[in-house]
Amino acid sequence: MQTKLIKCTINGKERELMIDVRASLTDALRNDFRLTSVKKGCEVGECGACNVLIDGECFNSCIYLAVWADGKDIRTLESLLGEGGELSDIQQAFVDEAAIQCGFCTPGVIMTAVEILDTKRLYTRDELRKLLSGHLCRCTGYENIINAVEKVMKKRLGLP
Amino acid sequence: MYVGKSVKRVDAYDKVTGRAMYTDDLADRKALVAKVVHSTVAHGIVKHVDTAEALTVPGVVKIFTCFDVPEQRFPTAGHPWSTDPHHQDVSDRNLLARHVRFYGDDVAAVVAENEVAAAQAARLVKVEYEKLPFVTDVQEAMADSAPLLHEEFPNNILAHTTMGYGDFDEAIREPGLLKFEGWYDTPIVQHCHIENHVCYAYKENGKIVVVSSTQIPHIVRRVVGQALGIPWGRVRVIKPYIGGGFGNKQDTLYEPLCAFLSQELGGRMVKLDVSREETFVSNRVRHAVRSHITSYVRPDGTFVARKLEAFSNQGAYASHGHGICAKGMSAFTQLYPCKACRGDAYTVFTNLPVAGAMRGYGIPQAMFAGESHVEDIARALGMDSLELRRKNMMPVGFLNAFDHNENYYDSFNQCLAVGMKEIDYEKKLKAYQNQTGDIRRGIGHSIFWYNTAVWPISLESTSCRMVLNQDGSLQVQLGETEIGQGADTAFAQMAADTVGVRLEDVHIISSQDTDITPFGLGSFASRQTYVGGFAIKQTGLLFRERILTYARELTRMPVFNLDIIDGNIIRTTDGRVLLPLSDLATEAIYSLNHSAHITAESTYQVKSNAYSFGCCFAEVEVDIPLCKVKLLKIVNVHDCGTLVNPQLAEAQVHGGMSMAIGYGLSEQLLFDPKTGKTLNDNLLDYKLSTTMDHPDLVARFVENAEPTSAFGTKSLGEPPACPGAPAIRNAVLQATGVAVNRVPLNPHVLFERFKEEGLL
Repeated sequence: MQTKLIKCTINGKERELMIDVRASLTDALRNDFRLTSVKKGCEVGECGACNVLIDGECFNSCIYLAVWADGKDIRTLESLLGEGGELSDIQQAFVDEAAIQCGFCTPGVIMTAVEILDTKRLYTRDELRKLLSGHLCRCTGYENIINAVEKVMKKRLGLP
Repeated sequence: MYVGKSVKRVDAYDKVTGRAMYTDDLADRKALVAKVVHSTVAHGIVKHVDTAEALTVPGVVKIFTCFDVPEQRFPTAGHPWSTDPHHQDVSDRNLLARHVRFYGDDVAAVVAENEVAAAQAARLVKVEYEKLPFVTDVQEAMADSAPLLHEEFPNNILAHTTMGYGDFDEAIREPGLLKFEGWYDTPIVQHCHIENHVCYAYKENGKIVVVSSTQIPHIVRRVVGQALGIPWGRVRVIKPYIGGGFGNKQDTLYEPLCAFLSQELGGRMVKLDVSREETFVSNRVRHAVRSHITSYVRPDGTFVARKLEAFSNQGAYASHGHGICAKGMSAFTQLYPCKACRGDAYTVFTNLPVAGAMRGYGIPQAMFAGESHVEDIARALGMDSLELRRKNMMPVGFLNAFDHNENYYDSFNQCLAVGMKEIDYEKKLKAYQNQTGDIRRGIGHSIFWYNTAVWPISLESTSCRMVLNQDGSLQVQLGETEIGQGADTAFAQMAADTVGVRLEDVHIISSQDTDITPFGLGSFASRQTYVGGFAIKQTGLLFRERILTYARELTRMPVFNLDIIDGNIIRTTDGRVLLPLSDLATEAIYSLNHSAHITAESTYQVKSNAYSFGCCFAEVEVDIPLCKVKLLKIVNVHDCGTLVNPQLAEAQVHGGMSMAIGYGLSEQLLFDPKTGKTLNDNLLDYKLSTTMDHPDLVARFVENAEPTSAFGTKSLGEPPACPGAPAIRNAVLQATGVAVNRVPLNPHVLFERFKEEGLL
């Protein structure tokens, strides 16, 4: 097994770790850092359950080699929670809009929502559909997920 | 009161923060990893398995082949066990198969120290087969010359049953009847829960512990016991949060094999995590059903006699078997009662992936066939199809003699009225008549009914336990399982109302553990709120009685003048708060006079069932040259009785509608006719609906409290998946005049049909 030392920032903390060069970022985050919000649904970049932010951009971490994370800033769902356990606005919206059912796709979808919301742009509902289309969910029909993202988008932009 | 309110999910915080732990999150990272070696022929006998090269892969611990497992056949279906041997599920599985019956069957299992080694070694296992002819089509499989899958089942017929009422031959002699006939096909589809099935097993205190992503922990315990030939009490099954199931996990999947591997390796922890490709091929799928319907109708549209012949493709092993097709047949015979009705259903083995339970359990197939057929009759008669349905559909007061289901309200008409208004039905129906041009619009609808729970086909038993804490809060446990649908939240609402405490003082224990959780059958048949409700109510009343009896000691008031409201002991005669339940609870535990651990536990055997009703309206735009259907609007209306949690109910309907849209427009598993291999075993080539494939989903309700129910509720989990596909199909018919008798209505199918009808 070949390993390599990588240095990266994970959820705001600088980390160093010897990584199996064959490992996906999903496996490294789940196994080495125990960030189990990063879910595995297909491991070939089809379902979006493993989605994380890398330097502010969303990636399917299952098809992103862990060694590529060297020098990068990685954010998982765990980073959104306040110090006292307070939910971020987008998490609260998922709760309020009943956008969660089995919860397995939820972490990945929320990270894409963070990417969308961080653009501070106003998107139409159809544009939101397109931006969220990389996630598969079998429970919700996506309806309440879109509602939750739209609600926070408008709230952050001060729109009714 | 909490029942009827849209309280937030009890598990929402854990799920939205990523803290909710699913099976793989809990497994020890040092667990050994198992990989299954699957058959690469559709039918054959394993002659030899060469593991020599695979064993050289560093990290491989042991390889088990089909020759290393005991000949110990077991059933897998997530049905309640029957003590009557004639009603038991077919035992046709071994842990690994020497006689492989589909491309993807389980031949060997590699156990290694890590996933990479296990996967590499699995690829190096060489299997030598004596190839046998195989069959994938149901009608061909029933022929005398067809290859036989299971010796005990001649002509590959797992089961053939009939049902019906009236004198069919006599009824069709009525002069002037018009005869309508049609064949309808539904595809093999897969559940596609986002969490694949995963389990791990280890030994502890002489027991085999299996942690699994399952809907049916208590049933899995029994099947693991049967498969390993060990007492059922020596098996402990734990179900943490699960990432969806939809019926696939209402089957015992790899738990017995995983338990066996651990047992053979001295009880070391072994994890078996299936890939998405394996989920598609080697778990369960939905039965493809071919239906032949014949109707005899008076010129005024009155149905006189109807007949359904249904042929259900079981795939290679029995799993849930004939239950699916039989349920569809039962729905057919009751939806439009007429003078005489006949059902004739076959479930047939073929060399394809194993079909099991999937959301709707035979009703999506039966409704596609039946509701397409009704639409075709209306068209031929020149009648409005809604009027034709209203004329013939199950009337108020209809009583089914077998299960004593009764249609208490005018639910169908009420649901139809809500749906029509929501989609502006009459205006659109008129506007979309007689269109020409490449782009045409249409509107269609369908109705359905669905059962609640499995009585009287099978046992319905449910248990609940309540334990009072020192602070007046309580733990609630049920054998009915949360699988994402929101059952735990509904249970907490029911428990809070029954006992008389605040919702936040009800701690529902979500994780199931067969050593700890009261016995329950699990999550299936849309039975959770209906069946669980009985146990909660009965146990809650018992629990209240015990609290109030203790309150009598503290207050010197008679029990009949006491009540619990919002967590306080109240004197009903004047409404005075005598003491908070928290004070009582503390005193009860720590009292030096009379210390009492107040608990209640009871089992309720449910001997009723309930019709759940609804309809779907769909509006489409068809691009004829492109052979593409765009869904413009879709509305589902349900009468599932009283809504325990309207917001969660609506969310659940959205999910079912999404599944129905996929069923109608895009989803199907495809197989190579030369090899029997699944061609699209991944989420790229299998067309699951995405955010882009839906319009906004509209879910509406008619609330008629179900009289047989503890809380007025009845089934909702599966119903939303039932009426969508035929509604879409009927909308395409209105738009184009082309009746398509198979789903999905994808461009491949529409191209052929539009060409046949001269549109292209």
